[in-house]
Amino acid sequence: MTGNGNKIGAVAVVGGGIAGVQSALDLADMGFKVYLIEKTPAIGGIMAMLDKTFPTNDCSMCILSPKLVDCSRHQNIEIMTYSEVKSIEGEAGNFSVTVHKKPRYVDIEKCTSCNDCVDVCPISMPNEFEKGLSERKAIYKYYPQAIPNAYVIDKEGDDEHRACINCMMCVKACKVGAIDHDQVPEDIELNVGAVILSMGAQPFDPSVKKELGYGRYPNVITSMEFERILSASGPYQGKILRPGDMKEPRKIAWIQCVGSRDWQVDREYCSSMCCMYTAKEAVIAKEHNPEIEPTIFYIDIRSFGKDFDKYVDRAKNVHGIKYVRSKISEILEDKGSKDLILRYEDEAGELHEERFDMVVLSIGLGMTEGKKETMQKLGVEVNDFGFAYSNQENPVALVKPGIFMAGSFLEPQAIPESVMQASAAAAQVGALLREARGTLATPRPVYKERDISGEEPRIGVFLCHCGTNIGGKVDIPSVVEHTKSLDNVVFADENIYTCSEDTQKRIVDAIKEHGLNRVIVAACTPRTHEPLFKKSLAEAGLNPHLLEMTNIREHCSWVHEDGEQATWKAKELIAMTVAKSRHLEPIPTSTVEVTQKAMVIGGGVGGMTTALSLAGQGFDTMLVERKEALGGRLNDIRFTVEGIDVPKLLSNLKSKLEGEEKVTVLTGSKVTSISGYVGNYEAKIDTPDGEVEYTHGVVVITVGADEHIPSSYGYGTDERVVTQSQIEDYLAEAKPEEIALGETFVFIQCVESREGERNYCSRVCCMGAIKNALRIKELNPRAEVFVLYRDLMTYGFWERFYKQARGLGIVFMQYDVGRKPEVEFGEKVSVKVWEPLLQEEVELEADHLVLSSGMAADPNHDELAKMLKVPLNEDGFFLEAHVKLRPVDFSTRGVFLAGCCHGPKFIGETIYQAQAAAARAATLLANPSLEAEPNIAVVDVDMCSGCKTCISLCPYNAIVSVTEEIDGVEVTHADINEGLCQGCGTCVAACPSGAIDQRGFKDDQILAMIRALGACVPGGGE
Amino acid sequence: MGEFEPKIVGFLCNWCSYTGADLAGTSRIQYPPNIRVIRVMCSSSVDPIYIVRALMEGADGVLIGGCHPGDCHYINGNYKARRRVVLLKNILGTLGLEEERVWIRWVSASEGQKFADTVTEMVDTIKKLGPNPIPTRWDI
Repeated sequence: MTGNGNKIGAVAVVGGGIAGVQSALDLADMGFKVYLIEKTPAIGGIMAMLDKTFPTNDCSMCILSPKLVDCSRHQNIEIMTYSEVKSIEGEAGNFSVTVHKKPRYVDIEKCTSCNDCVDVCPISMPNEFEKGLSERKAIYKYYPQAIPNAYVIDKEGDDEHRACINCMMCVKACKVGAIDHDQVPEDIELNVGAVILSMGAQPFDPSVKKELGYGRYPNVITSMEFERILSASGPYQGKILRPGDMKEPRKIAWIQCVGSRDWQVDREYCSSMCCMYTAKEAVIAKEHNPEIEPTIFYIDIRSFGKDFDKYVDRAKNVHGIKYVRSKISEILEDKGSKDLILRYEDEAGELHEERFDMVVLSIGLGMTEGKKETMQKLGVEVNDFGFAYSNQENPVALVKPGIFMAGSFLEPQAIPESVMQASAAAAQVGALLREARGTLATPRPVYKERDISGEEPRIGVFLCHCGTNIGGKVDIPSVVEHTKSLDNVVFADENIYTCSEDTQKRIVDAIKEHGLNRVIVAACTPRTHEPLFKKSLAEAGLNPHLLEMTNIREHCSWVHEDGEQATWKAKELIAMTVAKSRHLEPIPTSTVEVTQKAMVIGGGVGGMTTALSLAGQGFDTMLVERKEALGGRLNDIRFTVEGIDVPKLLSNLKSKLEGEEKVTVLTGSKVTSISGYVGNYEAKIDTPDGEVEYTHGVVVITVGADEHIPSSYGYGTDERVVTQSQIEDYLAEAKPEEIALGETFVFIQCVESREGERNYCSRVCCMGAIKNALRIKELNPRAEVFVLYRDLMTYGFWERFYKQARGLGIVFMQYDVGRKPEVEFGEKVSVKVWEPLLQEEVELEADHLVLSSGMAADPNHDELAKMLKVPLNEDGFFLEAHVKLRPVDFSTRGVFLAGCCHGPKFIGETIYQAQAAAARAATLLANPSLEAEPNIAVVDVDMCSGCKTCISLCPYNAIVSVTEEIDGVEVTHADINEGLCQGCGTCVAACPSGAIDQRGFKDDQILAMIRALGACVPGGGE
Repeated sequence: MGEFEPKIVGFLCNWCSYTGADLAGTSRIQYPPNIRVIRVMCSSSVDPIYIVRALMEGADGVLIGGCHPGDCHYINGNYKARRRVVLLKNILGTLGLEEERVWIRWVSASEGQKFADTVTEMVDTIKKLGPNPIPTRWDI
């Protein structure tokens, strides 16, 4: 299996944070076998530790946990936890990866997550997931929702804490024999075609910054610790308390840029996400307790992402969070009260002292020495900041072919960027291993199904003791007796562990022996174990949807002290479930055919990259561009500072497209109509050669954005006033002698941006100004350059150019939005601006006034949005399905987006987002048909009055009104598309005629449960 | 006859509230055993008929649990559920029922404590209201 183009259809994804999880899911859906290798005992990474996510304040665990569960259930993903990669040998298409797996001492397959072992373990240790704010046992689960949902024994401990003492109490307590103290470490060889490194970065340890007192003063904590404090499942159950004395703090200070933008700790980069997570933490703290008074000490507010400025504005204006531009010189502790005294200098240079109850240090991300060693060992090239070296023309590709990377491993960044890079890496693996796709993937097993139509319900109920977890509280034998008395129940039995392997066999046997046609498992939550039992039904020849679960553990035995009451409740819950079960029906697996072709609308760098990536993965693609030439904004960008040769990039992309048989390019063309749904779109395109029709399965929107044309500061009336693009055009051609000694350039940032109607940051303009300023200094170092800015958005590694610019004597002057620069035109352009440090107005005599007006969405996008029924945000940019976890998807299945039409961004960012869109599209295109959701809504045509109420309520545009002839009568009725319906049931509840039902949650099923409960009398019985 | 024990039906959405109730379980947070949970995919699928039917069948209270505003797994189903419950509450009076018998609450997947607190508070409230009068009325 070496050389000769024999590529391996498997991939190693190293690191199980959100980036690794996303790569794994995308690749598994594309048809590759995935090994997801994680160092800690559970996947989830930093995101699992967060309480909420900005700018939507989504509960982090709520949005992450379904993805983790998907990973654990996916037939093509093998999760390897407590494991590290030792070496990567071989070449693209065929690598040998050695994984060192630490002994967990608990068999994941056998562990039922019952907690009996934890209850008896005598050793307590600091809980690393809770950042040491609470304790855990030596045998522990990494966090409550951990995947794999199993325990692990810590036999290592640390210098101060003793770990497992081999007392074997847990072995005695475990009733399924899952604990094995004799496990040994093992080295596992994996043969894969490609590797994705998403090993993340580590939060900064602020104890090295002695002046901040972290580690010495208990009420100085890190932002990660504060996340855990905010979390309802955290160490203080979501109560905001200070660790020093468990008192409720009132005044809390956040200090920005701790371990970021700081040469003293050798971290001269910005960590990109801290400004926003701080705003979020302050807002959430105030929501928890309105008495809290947050103050944020900052240098710049880097709210450069989509909708970030609006969030910060709300934090300031609605929540009353105080922002102070300053750097903290030191923190002192009042020994008696344990309060903290902050010493700081304000903008005017005045010294202040202020007392706070608690201080949160907004720590950035960086690479530890250990991580740097690992990177060296794996042959990863490292940049000046210790992160993986990344080339902006293909940011997620490592120098070594066949190895890709994603997430904070290459630069500190927030969740959406990590997710996009993860998908982008998956797209490139998909292209590299195109021939091997599907060769090692496990097909879904197909079982023969017994036809139960016409049969009376014959219900079998399996009751679980879950060791003593249920049985210790609920009197299972009496519940079994009661269950047997219920109508249609022909079989009821109890098991110590219903989820164990041998019980599955018993379930299969009982179905066959007793002719069961409905099965109920009364045990734990269906959210984790339902797929297991459904599989058993399928094996026994029953449609898996004839299973119903009732939760007598989490919702009963674990939450009710009184055994008698818990028993009574369990009986009632089972009676209700039996009632529903009588009405269960087999649900057919419906599929939607997919035309395995794509259409990409917009031929800029985003569109060209998407089309090439899709073609590389083997899919025919139509690329439609409105203008005569491809390239979009690349035609206007003359030079960059990050090392992209734009004209060369553009000509490379064009020549690659010319050589790509699978891409058809239509320039000077416009999409005039699109109809259909996922897998089956029909488009009409107006081209110079007449109308073209195109059938395809997915659509990617990459229509870009343009520079905003300003109307202030004399633009358009005085020719010395230009935009960034115009000065760039001039500087690209200018000769050194054209720029005179002392010639003065003044740049004004945020022109008509980040306020009023355009209240968003355009992300690229600060760097645009710095780029042009550096060019001026290169042409004539004795020219004068002033940049008037509000907050300098040189996030991430862009910070290095800001430093370089300052070093070259470019003057940066901060202005406030309430006190904008004033401009007068005479012989020179006179710019007056308030200088906060000098506390006086400064007048600059400019030869050139350059306006950074940012980017604006094309108002024509509205038409396209309506055509595809996808939303725009209030600034006119396309609105993705979820800002964090679905950054290139729309909520309408089959439509994707990338590039500046999503929001302003740099070339490198557009490139990886475009690849990400191609990956997400490929997960649909890789299969000739798609499986529809089982719990979709269906319309009873006879009952439907054609009122269309449901159509406007459907969040997925899955319903249309159809008029057809039925038995000679013309009937108008709703029609639900199985491929688009996601099974929320909104339409079911809204239908005034009761003509819609949701499979698995039908009206008669739910109403039967309600009636059964009505028939129950206290103390049990139906 | 002992103290009145209310019977409460809880319609919980699969993604947030049901998961929150699960977390109350895994965290062993105790609450009164009066609630019977019916899992639905989204709070927006709770037909007002279900609520009325539960009350007609003698439930003393109905709880609808959904994701927090903005968190809905199905984009905005929780808003639709809220609207329906508000409208329904307007007509409860005509059945001779108190508005406080129907609750809609946002419980996220990490709010086990909030779920337990909600149930505790609801049981207390309904104990004060007394039993649902409908089963004793023969005119409806």
